Amino acid sequence: MSDKHELALTESDPIADPGLPAHLPRPTDVDESAEIRAERQVAALFGISTIFTLLFCVAYFTLDIGDNPTVFLGLGASNVALGVTLGLALLLIGIGAIQWARKLMADTEMVELRHPAGSSEEDKAESIAALNAGVEESGIGRRPLIRNSLLGAMAALGLPAIVALRDLGPLPGDKLFHTVWKKGMRVVQDVDGSPIKPEDMEIGQLVNGEPAVFFEEDANGEPIYHGVELQVEKAKGAVIIVRMQPDDIKPMKGRENWGVEGILCFSKICTHVGCPISLWEQQTHHLLCPCHQSTFDLADGGRVIFGPAARSLPQLPMAVDSEGYLVATSDFTEPVGPSFWERG
Amino acid sequence: MTATANTNGTKAAKVKKPSKSGAAATWADDRLGLGGLAKKNLRKVFPDHWSFMLGEVALWSFVVLLLTGVFLTLWFRPSMVEVMYDGSYTQLRGIEMSEAYASTLNISFDVRAGLLMRQIHHWAASIFVAAMMVHLLRVYFTGAFRKPRELNWVIGSLLLLLGTLEGFTGYSLPDDLLSGTGIRAADGFMKSIPVIGTYASFFLFGGEFPGDSIIPRLYTIHVLLIPGILLALIAAHMLLLVYHKHTQWPGPGRTEKNVVGFPMLPVYAAKAGGFFFVVFGALALMGGLMAINPVWRYGPYNPAEVTAGSQPDWYMGWPDGALRIMPGIESSFWGVTIPWNVFLPIIVLPGLMFTILLMLPFIEAWITGDKREHHLLERPRNAPTRTAIMVALMTFYGLMWAAGGNDIIATELHLSINQITYFMRGAVFIGPVIAFLIARRWCISLQRHDNETLLHGYESGVIMRDALGGYTEKHLPLPLERAYTLTARDRDEQQLSLPGTDGNGVVKPGSRKDQVRAKLSDWWYRNNVQKPTRAELEEAHHHAELEHVHDAPLEGHAADGHQFDGRHDVHGEELRSH
Repeated sequence: MSDKHELALTESDPIADPGLPAHLPRPTDVDESAEIRAERQVAALFGISTIFTLLFCVAYFTLDIGDNPTVFLGLGASNVALGVTLGLALLLIGIGAIQWARKLMADTEMVELRHPAGSSEEDKAESIAALNAGVEESGIGRRPLIRNSLLGAMAALGLPAIVALRDLGPLPGDKLFHTVWKKGMRVVQDVDGSPIKPEDMEIGQLVNGEPAVFFEEDANGEPIYHGVELQVEKAKGAVIIVRMQPDDIKPMKGRENWGVEGILCFSKICTHVGCPISLWEQQTHHLLCPCHQSTFDLADGGRVIFGPAARSLPQLPMAVDSEGYLVATSDFTEPVGPSFWERG
Repeated sequence: MTATANTNGTKAAKVKKPSKSGAAATWADDRLGLGGLAKKNLRKVFPDHWSFMLGEVALWSFVVLLLTGVFLTLWFRPSMVEVMYDGSYTQLRGIEMSEAYASTLNISFDVRAGLLMRQIHHWAASIFVAAMMVHLLRVYFTGAFRKPRELNWVIGSLLLLLGTLEGFTGYSLPDDLLSGTGIRAADGFMKSIPVIGTYASFFLFGGEFPGDSIIPRLYTIHVLLIPGILLALIAAHMLLLVYHKHTQWPGPGRTEKNVVGFPMLPVYAAKAGGFFFVVFGALALMGGLMAINPVWRYGPYNPAEVTAGSQPDWYMGWPDGALRIMPGIESSFWGVTIPWNVFLPIIVLPGLMFTILLMLPFIEAWITGDKREHHLLERPRNAPTRTAIMVALMTFYGLMWAAGGNDIIATELHLSINQITYFMRGAVFIGPVIAFLIARRWCISLQRHDNETLLHGYESGVIMRDALGGYTEKHLPLPLERAYTLTARDRDEQQLSLPGTDGNGVVKPGSRKDQVRAKLSDWWYRNNVQKPTRAELEEAHHHAELEHVHDAPLEGHAADGHQFDGRHDVHGEELRSH
């Protein structure tokens, strides 16, 4: 054994353990008036707590809640009163109990011995023997046919557990590859559904757009898209329309005629994780996603110029219809929103 | 006094009638046999230290979450059916929204104490996760995770993970614009998983995002699945705590073999029970006075809209930071796409970090080869490498978290968001290394300081001037209890008996694994300072005595010349050297 090791064993305690220090009495242990004072303190804390509990009930029935949470401290009088009374009622019980423990309950430290976490050798041996006896009597070791067929049967039960979840949702199919946009569909304002003429837009302006079909009704006067369907299609179909100086635009190859007089239309859904993009810098033609700060240059085909997004914003090809309103000339030519495995 | 009768009573002694509570206890024991259990545990000893309270904060916040959560379920409707809001909040009246959002508004404005319960619930969730994290740090920094408590560390880590998920599913339920944006991002995260991502998304959402299933499904996960597992794990956590008995700080009379403290009944029943009311009370005050998640300001969810500065709850901030600073890398090949820019930071990284967290006790035990049980806590300085590892992890976490607020940092400090992002890309790798080195050195310096005080005493603040005019500060020996406490720690040499090394920790030729282990072990302990030996302490005390003998004549005697300082009677004084 090396010197160091020996040292470690013999010298684990360079200073001998002086043992537990003697118990020092508290003022409340020796001074009767201090004890009585402490007792009254604790009782007073509990008593005041009861008062606050009653005040809570009073506040509950007397104070109005309702239309305006900004009446009182931005939270509403009822909320403040209920919170403060309930909070103090609870706190005072807690403080009282702790005060009771600290001042009046015995404060002599006690010593308990520890035992190893593991069971004794005897117990271990006995339990192993019991286990072996059980295994032996079952014959599971001697009858591999039973064992293996049981294991197989149990494993097979995993299948229903997975299969039964199949109806959680439909298969993706090609749903992520298409939106409601199609040739000739008008691009409308997302607020009121009004169609947009190129001359309505100023240079540098950004308009939040949606496909006109979201505002159309069927023969019975019911909206074509509503509820869940509308939300699903909105999540893919939302667009932004911007007007820039035609000279500033560097159209990508094959997209020269996708705009109208410097007006371009892009998907509003970030290609990173799908937040709607809305922060527009007029001067630089940059569009910034508020979630993770991906920045796209709309004058340069929606290219990513900063941030975690990897792909350009999909562009919607546009033209004007016979009445002079902006329309799409087709659906998006690629999936909008975040990337996924099958995207290719 | 003896036990014999001291009266000559004529009546026969009567058996005392049992008290009512005694009778109830007997009734219960006859059926449940609780006597054995109660005997052991009613007076069970718990050691006292302020830092042991951190886990209690988490426990009691969880109880508050259960209580307020049940209250909220009475009015919340986890449904995405569109309804027209006609409640008290005028700004949103007449607007179409999901029933989930409408019922959240109802709880906030039309159910008395509803807003209070919502705010307490949300604050309690934040405090629950925060308290778990701080408790985790306490357990790690003091070495309380060592054998036999490794499994409780694993359970604790799972609690942290589940608590975080529980928080996310919870704040997603109101279906407001902010939380809906969070769910949408989560959909993007899921779709980034290779092969199964799109299917996972379609199955979870019951079709395309957002669908009408996600809120009810998250609701089931939030009020049934995760809380059930949390409850079971918390029970296991507490049972193991009772079985192992709590760790304690070393000190006079406090050893590896015992536990010193106050009994469960009455002291801890009152203190811990009282503390529940303190936590609940503090949370109620917060719920009453501090607004949190004012969903009515965000409006109902609309997949075409977003609020600027969208931020998740704070505990989701660090992976969000990773997502923000990750460069935009995506691979497309053989007709498939892997969005690394999403998959790596939000799926792989959290999984990796959680695995590291889970494995910390096992990694340390493997490196040090320590197989003993530990019930005495270690000061962070006495395990410099361990401490430095957690400081590095904390630095990584903190930088990622800051990166998650890069837009806020940019607008508040008028910095360029681009530069912050580029800086963070480097800092998350370099920062932890620097933090590790500083923390380890700092620990070692503190160890040196402890040895200084042990050997040469503490600085008394008394300045001595010697005959030659030199000044020294008088050092006084530490009180025995303090000195003992400082030395009540292991010598690291005890560990260095690994296979692959000789007794001095020098690497012997051997198997490759043993060699790696020996090298790591050497790296772990290399610069640590060991406590002084008995001989060193005696030597130092001997030296101190000599100094004392040297100083003794000076005690109460001013140096020559000081007799004329104007404060003494100068009658008959003269300079001694004349």
